[in-house]
Amino acid sequence: MTKGDAMDFETAVSETRGPAPEQDRIEDPMRSVGRLVLEDGTEFSGTQFGAIQPVAGEVVFNTGMVGYPESLTDPSYAGQILVLTYPHIGNYGVPPRTRDNLGLPEWFESERIQVSGLVVSSLSADVSHWSAERALEDWLKQENVPGLFGVDTRAIAKHLRDSGAMLGKILPAGRDIAWRDPNAGNIVAEVSVREPVSYGTDGPRVVLVDTGAKASIVRGLVRAGARVLRVPWDYDFFREPFDGLFLSNGPGDPKMIGKTVEHVRRALEQRVPTFGICLGSQILALAAGADTYKLKFGHRSQNQPCVEVGTHRCRVTSQNHGYAVNGATLPAGWREWFVNANDGTNEGIRHEWKPARGVQFHPEATPGPTDTSFLFERFLEMLL
Amino acid sequence: MNRRDAGPPGAKRPRKVLILGSSALKIGEAGEFDYSGSQAIKALKEEGINTVLVNPNIATIQTSEGLADQIYFLPVTPHFVERVIEKERPDGILLGFGGQTALNCGVALDDAGALARHGVEVLGTPVETIRDTEDRGRFKARLAEIGAKVPRSEAVTSVDAALSAAERIGYPVMVRIAYALGGLGSGACHDQAELRERATGALSHAPQILIEEYLTGWKEIEYEVARDVFDNCITVCNMENLDPMGIHTGESIVVAPSQTLTNREYHRLREIAIAVVRHLGIVGECNIQYALDPKSHDYRIIEVNARLSRSSALASKATGYPLAYVAAKLSLGLPMTSIPNTINGVTTACFEPALDYVVVKVPRWDLKKFRRVSTRLGSGMKSVGEVMGIGRSFEEAFQKALRMLDIGVEGALADEVMRFKDLRTELSEPTDRRAFALASALARGMSVDEVHELTSIDPWFLTRVRGIVRLADELRGAHGGSLRAELLREAKRAGFSDHQIGQLAGRSDQEVRTARDAAGIRPCIKQIDTLAGEYPAQTNYLYLTYHGQEDDVSFERQGSVLVLGSGAYRIGSSVEFDWCCVNTVRALRELGYRTLMLNCNPETVSTDYDVCDRLYFDEISVETIQEIHAKEGVLGVIVSVGGQTPNNLALKCAEAGLRILGTSAKSIDNAEDRHKFSALCDALEIDQPPWAEVTSVKAAEEFAREAGFPVLVRPSYVLSGAAMAVAENDTSLHEVLERAAEVSPEHPAVISKFIENAKEIEIDAVAKDGEIVVYAISEHVENAGVHSGDATLVLPPQRTYIATTRRARRIAGKIARALSLNGPFNIQFMARDNNVMVIECNVRASRSFPFASKVFKVNFIDLATRVIMDRPIGKVDASVFELDYVGVKAPQFSFTRLQGADPVLGVEMASTGEVGCIGEDFDDAFLKALLSVGYRLPIRGVLLSTGPVTSKAAFLASTRALAEGGVKLYGTRGTAAFMAESGVEVTPVYWPLEKSSPNALDLVRSGKIDLVVNIPKDASEEELTNDYMIRRAAVDHAVPLVTNIQLAQRLAQALLRKSIDSLEIRSWSEY
Repeated sequence: MTKGDAMDFETAVSETRGPAPEQDRIEDPMRSVGRLVLEDGTEFSGTQFGAIQPVAGEVVFNTGMVGYPESLTDPSYAGQILVLTYPHIGNYGVPPRTRDNLGLPEWFESERIQVSGLVVSSLSADVSHWSAERALEDWLKQENVPGLFGVDTRAIAKHLRDSGAMLGKILPAGRDIAWRDPNAGNIVAEVSVREPVSYGTDGPRVVLVDTGAKASIVRGLVRAGARVLRVPWDYDFFREPFDGLFLSNGPGDPKMIGKTVEHVRRALEQRVPTFGICLGSQILALAAGADTYKLKFGHRSQNQPCVEVGTHRCRVTSQNHGYAVNGATLPAGWREWFVNANDGTNEGIRHEWKPARGVQFHPEATPGPTDTSFLFERFLEMLL
Repeated sequence: MNRRDAGPPGAKRPRKVLILGSSALKIGEAGEFDYSGSQAIKALKEEGINTVLVNPNIATIQTSEGLADQIYFLPVTPHFVERVIEKERPDGILLGFGGQTALNCGVALDDAGALARHGVEVLGTPVETIRDTEDRGRFKARLAEIGAKVPRSEAVTSVDAALSAAERIGYPVMVRIAYALGGLGSGACHDQAELRERATGALSHAPQILIEEYLTGWKEIEYEVARDVFDNCITVCNMENLDPMGIHTGESIVVAPSQTLTNREYHRLREIAIAVVRHLGIVGECNIQYALDPKSHDYRIIEVNARLSRSSALASKATGYPLAYVAAKLSLGLPMTSIPNTINGVTTACFEPALDYVVVKVPRWDLKKFRRVSTRLGSGMKSVGEVMGIGRSFEEAFQKALRMLDIGVEGALADEVMRFKDLRTELSEPTDRRAFALASALARGMSVDEVHELTSIDPWFLTRVRGIVRLADELRGAHGGSLRAELLREAKRAGFSDHQIGQLAGRSDQEVRTARDAAGIRPCIKQIDTLAGEYPAQTNYLYLTYHGQEDDVSFERQGSVLVLGSGAYRIGSSVEFDWCCVNTVRALRELGYRTLMLNCNPETVSTDYDVCDRLYFDEISVETIQEIHAKEGVLGVIVSVGGQTPNNLALKCAEAGLRILGTSAKSIDNAEDRHKFSALCDALEIDQPPWAEVTSVKAAEEFAREAGFPVLVRPSYVLSGAAMAVAENDTSLHEVLERAAEVSPEHPAVISKFIENAKEIEIDAVAKDGEIVVYAISEHVENAGVHSGDATLVLPPQRTYIATTRRARRIAGKIARALSLNGPFNIQFMARDNNVMVIECNVRASRSFPFASKVFKVNFIDLATRVIMDRPIGKVDASVFELDYVGVKAPQFSFTRLQGADPVLGVEMASTGEVGCIGEDFDDAFLKALLSVGYRLPIRGVLLSTGPVTSKAAFLASTRALAEGGVKLYGTRGTAAFMAESGVEVTPVYWPLEKSSPNALDLVRSGKIDLVVNIPKDASEEELTNDYMIRRAAVDHAVPLVTNIQLAQRLAQALLRKSIDSLEIRSWSEY
């Protein structure tokens, strides 16, 4: 924040339709019972909402207390059934599908709901916010995503914490489908852009490799002064003119997208200023020759403390990842940049002299704290 | 990572630190500061730092053995604190843990150069930053530097300037006072007349006031922020006030975390909070309050409190994050990353808690105790306590919290108790009953939108309340029919109690319970672990919820003792019972028991999770106790240390099959039930004032005719004299009975002869198998008729005949034996002409237990706990009762905050807190106690209106002595004339209504008066407006007021014998 500027929210209020009419659909006795079935046989029962159909995926939990529109549209959740531990979800409804000046969804992180399913404790059928256009349930219905409410989500979180992330299914009574492991294939291909898209008109040219990029990463780069070319995950960006390379977040196992890793390795050799977020940081690590591994149950929350190595500075970060960089495998010339103050896992890497860095957390926030948004500016400085 | 790094370069670890407490509990500054201070002392001790505490609040945990190295029961004022500094030579001082009292005292010491003079460094947030946050003009300027938005406002020092500022800003405007505690004197003004009146009053308390933009109806959001010297900065908790701007946050229902904020709003306000805290340079903890436009992203920063606060205590309890403890460590320059998260022992303190439950705080008011007070809620604070409900839904937490208030409601629907006449007005002009008006309005068919229009409460909350109303309707529908398991489950999840369900569905509590058991609807025990289950937690901080499918903890089912806490602080029950609870738990742990604490008050130390083995932060109700028992298999329950609330549950708990430890439930009932107790007294030949139980006005009149007026009327289960009043004639008798019926419809009124001119003494004691093992007899300065909670207590007695104390001791012995007491008890006596009568007996710990324990240096509760657990106690050495010093306990009143309330003492308790000071003699202890509760020395000018001729005569000698001592005396006409006849010169002034000069009111406002003595003429008739106006003016202009003749006499004597400099500066251990 610069001195003298008024601290304002971005003024981005487009016309909104008032809250939905009063209905207490939650107490509707016609609602049907559904179950969340886990790979290890554990079951949790609840009431179905959204699309009434079976769905399978990897079950993960997030402990954030706000930001469900942002989370649900975060491509990193592709293929996952998201369990929210905060008990009231849907309170402020769902904002409209308006677009910002870059043509990106103004209130969301991508064009659609990315999670395969949603599990909550209490669902607000009513909507109370000036920015709301729809109720959460309507949104899930429209996008064909099943949900389950009335579930002890803390119990699920504890189970996953103790037993590790696992596959699961949301099933309406009497129905079943096959398991689906989003980490077994290249799920990035499903969420990446198909064709390059450019944003912004001035400033250094940054190639953003979209392995499932959140819209806020694009916004963050442009706001910091970059001109962004967002390319598909396997795009050969060396044929484009660019000053820096930015690797986005995304779903799944980084080892499934060898082609992206290959491109990054080449960029590192050419000393292209490079910055990775989340999956992007893991890709950077693999390209540098380090290893990645699957965490027992990942970090998905808005309160992860990350200490900048060698300092007392600790920043509260937003996170959403199941895989991590093994800091011990970093080759010569690389070192840990941030570590998690809770469990000591790697939260960022940097090269000692080359302009290459990655962070496991999300400087673009949305949802979550904005403490590390300065990293976009830091990256732009690397290009100068 | 190395978790114990050195501090920042150049950081010097202090050797000895002075901590300032918040003194007596008062409106706006209550038990939360006992919690904060205790945590700070603990944190400092861990670092090997010597701690010195100044706090005259003798009933606190922080002033107990084993915490601070030295404790001074002295006023938290610059004079006394500087004396302590001279004596103790600390090199550091903490100002942020004793509320506004400590902060103001610290700033004053700094202003006077005292801190620099004695080389005392202010730890944590620098004094300059404190000034930036306290002085609104500076605050605005500092925030403008970073473009943070504050309400448009102008600081003014005169009424005229206030009026012209308001013209520029536009009406309505808000008036605020700099350095205000709990929003004192603040308020909205809609026109010039209102502003003129308020500004005049406000400017008499403060040199400067603020005229501000009016933001009523905006959302009110708070963040608790912590920052270390390394610039690490976190927000520990955010909170949303259900009641929007316009109602003081202390008067609001507060929900954590916020419920209606989007990610953008939540994190943008968080980001601004951090930017502001960094810019101001706060080190430690602070609170930031916002107004947020409900229709856009616009916001204003209302204030920053650069200290621990009521909100920070609430945030600590809401999240499990030990804010005060961490803040103390940060004040020493430690990095946040080096402090472990004590709740799970795994992670670091440098993080932001994630909640997976909802917390609802509800204030508790006691406005019925005051005459003439307005019940309207606004920007000033009037509530005296609070409770916190925890649940996995708002509905569950909200209904729990409403029951926790212990005001006779079963949940959100309390139409029958509240009997609203004009709901629309109730909603648009909220009073202390607003929480219940919401459900009533929705139940009567008002729409969410309509209620929102009238209250500005966010529709999300209202829709939740409407859900509760609809469930209630469904439950009513089950009347006579079957109670579906699904409906029952839904109701339990929405926080309905079994009793409430039973009332609605026409079933007994037991039937509901049986139906629940049959359907397997039982609560789960969940942990508060700060991380929403992300990491395994060892935490013992627990609550009950019906939104669960598994318990977080396992149960040992042996050796556990459940201690019931005091619930909400209220007039008549506050921190003293928390002291009793905490000491009971400590003693139990020493004896090897597993301790379970049940309490629901976020302002307490007993709800610190490291006090007991398991903390159940939940309702103190038989239903909850039964559920805990079902899980834990407790050995028994202790009901005798948390005041009247748990005591009232004794019989029901026993009936539910729980073992009551200590004095039996039957004995408790025999003492509580007036008939039974009176019969017992008769059998034991113990005198008591004549009394009768009446169920009709006629019977009451008959009794009064027979016994003679005045008579005292009260309900049978007494809590600080609820609805108790003296009637002088038939008219007032009718009035009083009406009020009594409203308070307790189940119990008939008890009427007794009111004995005038009697002394009052009390005994606090512990008995084992009916034999007294330790006791303390104290006398009241005031004659009987002033509630014992408002009386000035002296220990040991200085003016009571030995024969009288002996007789009291003997009576207590008889009662203890007859009830075969096992544990603490208290008896109040009236003594006249060597005749001793019993007024009341409580077979539980009393308000004065901490006072007696600390003056005698014998922990009565420790002994009581051993007795209760049937463990041996050593013989108490009688020599400890041979004191060569005196303890005086004095009440703290909060009349300043209760606009319009008549500040006069009576049989209804009105004080909100107390202090206890020790001195070489009565005068020394007495003056220190009075100085602690707001009296000031020297006294140069006194305004007298000494009431009836008997008290005029009684005060003659004192008046003469004051005059001879050089005190300038003024008197209302009667008093002045009376004194003149007796040869004492008293300058006459006109009564307020006479509108002539010199007028008593002008005199009070002029600042020439340091003390007002106003003795009411007659306890029966409505106070003469003149007297009332003088008393009110004294309170409104911060002039100490005495309304009791005995107190006035003793004060006059003490003033002549002692000066402020002659008062002893001795720590507790030096007596």
